[in-house]
Amino acid sequence: MSDLMIEARDLTKQYGPATALKDVSFEVRKGEVLGFLGPNGAGKTTTMKILTCFIAPTSGTAKVNGADIFEDPMAVRSAIGYLPESTPLYTEMLVLEYLEFVAKMRGFKGEDARKRIKKAVEQTTLGDVIAKEIRALSKGYRQRVGLAQALVHEPPVLILDEPMSGLDPNQAAEIRDLIKAIGRERTVILSTHDLGEVQVTCDRVLIIAKGRLVADDTPDELRDRAGKASYFVTFKGEGADAAKKARDVLGDVPGIASVRQREAEAKDELLFTLVPKDATDVRAAIFQAAVKNELVMLGLEKKSEGLDKVFRDLTTGDTAGAAAATKSKRDAKIDEAREKKKARDEGKKSAADPADSAKKSAADPADSAKKSAADPADSAKKSEASKGAEGDA
Amino acid sequence: MHNVRTIAGRQFRSYFNGPIAYIVIGVMLVVLGFLFWETFFLFGKATMREMFRYASLINYFALPALTMGLLAEEKRTGTIELLITMPVTDAQVIWGKFLGVLGLYSVLLLLTVPYCFSVASLGNLDWGPVLAGYFGMFLQGAALLAIGLMMSSFTDNQIVAFFGALAVSIFFFLVDKFLPFMPSGLTGFFEAVSFDAHFESMRRGVLAFRDVIFFVSVAVITLMVAYRSLESRRWS
Repeated sequence: MSDLMIEARDLTKQYGPATALKDVSFEVRKGEVLGFLGPNGAGKTTTMKILTCFIAPTSGTAKVNGADIFEDPMAVRSAIGYLPESTPLYTEMLVLEYLEFVAKMRGFKGEDARKRIKKAVEQTTLGDVIAKEIRALSKGYRQRVGLAQALVHEPPVLILDEPMSGLDPNQAAEIRDLIKAIGRERTVILSTHDLGEVQVTCDRVLIIAKGRLVADDTPDELRDRAGKASYFVTFKGEGADAAKKARDVLGDVPGIASVRQREAEAKDELLFTLVPKDATDVRAAIFQAAVKNELVMLGLEKKSEGLDKVFRDLTTGDTAGAAAATKSKRDAKIDEAREKKKARDEGKKSAADPADSAKKSAADPADSAKKSAADPADSAKKSEASKGAEGDA
Repeated sequence: MHNVRTIAGRQFRSYFNGPIAYIVIGVMLVVLGFLFWETFFLFGKATMREMFRYASLINYFALPALTMGLLAEEKRTGTIELLITMPVTDAQVIWGKFLGVLGLYSVLLLLTVPYCFSVASLGNLDWGPVLAGYFGMFLQGAALLAIGLMMSSFTDNQIVAFFGALAVSIFFFLVDKFLPFMPSGLTGFFEAVSFDAHFESMRRGVLAFRDVIFFVSVAVITLMVAYRSLESRRWS
């Protein structure tokens, strides 16, 4: 048997006129922890439901552990441990009672079942609550019962839909460690919209947006893919003329794709962000241009983009734009409204405390993404889904 | 088969982990006891016929309460997803659910048996018709439970499932009560699908093949619809 555990081919799922999934293909190998990343409603859950044979794709097919989801759904289900979103459990049952039910359903009896339950309970450290009713458990414990339930038959493949959502940071860390431990021996697919989680937990990331696969990379590769850093330059100066001059100078620097003025920390300072055309370092060129044009430089900083910026670009950019057209326009409108609201909120915040927000934008690269939404002109551009070469993408 | 048994067993036990089973059984026994014994001494006959009549009437109202959650609640909470993604077929899920609630109903029937002994101690009870009556009760209940399961498969709202099942059950009960007002061409049909008409002969101790076939058919057809409805999630 090859070490290809999951093989999805051109999965498409149509709910009436709406396309939830469009031609999604991917492969997962043995021992891989695959992160399924995407905004809500992107098609993560749909993909998982297809893989677990809960629903059928409109077209395309998939193989899990060598078994086809159409030809041998029982073999597929046997090979998978599944934790659906929001961990649905029979809350009126005791933890042990529930796990016994699951073991029985999976075809284990007597001593064998007892051993397996014991092992799953140990793995998920459920020992303390084994005799409690599930409804009396905290969210973290419920999540562990859900995991234990998925582990009883020691499946080669685990599919976990948002296993960390709704947990407090401590619980999330525990579950994360647990998943990492499990992932050493098994193939794991987990979905999330938390980027930090993906970076820590996953070997590989699939980003899915509006039903399409927009990226299939390791977390590191994804960051490299964004590659381009951005530069933060502060000049001494005040007023529109000085700003225009500085802007022109910066625009003439070779290798710069776009220049945008930001709200500066102090009144007599001018802050610009520059987006380079490629990954070459342009700091020297910026400095020389400033000296040549007698601009007083107060700060020059290079910042690499975080994974969340890549995520934003991939899920809201042009690649997703094509799919967006086929999906309902309502979605786009909601996104737009959200974007606007965010812009307004950010605007208010920065007006109330300009120094603070400027400091943040210079200090925190992750914030620069948020900041770009603060610029109303920018957000309008984005909503047209046509931010191209000169945008800060 | 062992999957069906496991699902049925879990379903059966879950009734006793919650209040519904106790409420339905309690209310049913109290109401039945009242209706039956209140008139029993007026008739002055050692027969269970009247109990079967009242019990079959109560069934129309009580059984939808037992079936309303079968699939609707699992759909609402999402547990259906875990259940179905285990190595079971949709048909096994339906059978398991049905047998689970049928088991509870059987318990309910058993709890009325003491009434028979009470009557037997008061007079000379003929046990043949009593057995036929219980058999009829079992069949009528099974058909009603299957209808309830079907309605529960249509929705994820227990209340909707309850009233849907109630409406269908009441239809089958009332269908031959207004025959004079019905178009004459349809009276034959309405009589043929009436639950009451088929139950009536069994209540009197007559086991007719056609009555048995009728209730079994209703159960099988509605269970098949429930199966289709459950399966349709895959393609919707």
